[in-house]
Amino acid sequence: MISLSSPVRTRAHSWPAGAKLAALAVATFVLFLIHDLWIMAAVFAFSLGLYALPGGRFFRAGMERLKVLWPFIAILGVWHVVTATYVEGGEILLRLLTTVGLANLVTMTTALSDMIAVIRWLATPLRRVGLNTRAMELAIALVIRILPTLIDNGQRLSDAWRARSPRRPGWRVVVPFTLLALDDADHLADALRARGGFLENKET
Amino acid sequence: MERNVVLIALFTALIAALGLVPKLTLASGIPITAQSLGIMLCGTILGAKRGALAVLLFVVLVAAGLPLLAGGRGGLGVFTTPWAGFYYGFPIAAFVTGLIVEKWNRSNVSMVAGIAAVIGGIGALYLVAVPYYMVMKPAGLGEAVLTAMAPFMPGDLIKAVLAGLITGALYKARPSSVLSRADAA
Repeated sequence: MISLSSPVRTRAHSWPAGAKLAALAVATFVLFLIHDLWIMAAVFAFSLGLYALPGGRFFRAGMERLKVLWPFIAILGVWHVVTATYVEGGEILLRLLTTVGLANLVTMTTALSDMIAVIRWLATPLRRVGLNTRAMELAIALVIRILPTLIDNGQRLSDAWRARSPRRPGWRVVVPFTLLALDDADHLADALRARGGFLENKET
Repeated sequence: MERNVVLIALFTALIAALGLVPKLTLASGIPITAQSLGIMLCGTILGAKRGALAVLLFVVLVAAGLPLLAGGRGGLGVFTTPWAGFYYGFPIAAFVTGLIVEKWNRSNVSMVAGIAAVIGGIGALYLVAVPYYMVMKPAGLGEAVLTAMAPFMPGDLIKAVLAGLITGALYKARPSSVLSRADAA
């Protein structure tokens, strides 16, 4: 499965994921302390500049990701026009765009494997108290493996529906879809158990 | 143990797969996707604990950068909007939904699952999402209800009804498939 990290290599790709996440947390927090439209606009322009640094392709891909915000921007825009709170509205919209933009930047410059390493590190206290976090790591791998199969199943069920009915397949398809998935889960669990299942938590 | 982990992973994938179902657009202009139906189904079918873990895994994977949200969205950007309370509330919603189905096991499955989906998938979810929105935007209660709650409400009600019908149909087809009930019996 393709993750959302950008295929355009940037210098930030090789920075440690934990540091990028910490910086993002600090930046997001600070953005909530700023209550000045012009400073906010400057920070927003700065974050756009960061998108432009790795080149045009990276910039366009990044802006494409921000497009999904437009329904939210529309809702907020209408509210602040109706209540005539333009300055406050502008500030909130800029903060929204900047925080999402910066967070998206971290996602675009961090490989999935690095993110999962951070999750693993965050789970360290759980291992300390004796929980088996290998189950979690296996579950992540399973999701990535199962998803294409599920989509395939869904496609086949919809096709079967269309072959028999002039109407579009509706929510009813979800029932056989879930039953099929639960059957697969049983087989998968058996297969895992046959291969030794989850060994005791030996690593620290 | 193995079975539970597989079930959790499977339902995480199921929420993502439901996000791919073509979306309907309501009269209010807000697109509704089947994704939050997946959250409700995690609770009604898997029960409280497994359901909440499946949803939690889903949210964690979205944060890690997998494009699992409807429309192939994902990544950390999702979690910094004032609406992010919905994502933080998802696991709690599934937990509450599952808990109700587990405890209230004497009545008709469809009805119980539907009501549980309304209380958990809508009530508990908004109880997290609306105050989060009020703090993060920041906004007053009236504004929060209008801009964070009202646009999603009609879709969520439809999905709660569907969650009830689907869970009921599953129970009729194979009672053991509704694990929130099967374990209690």
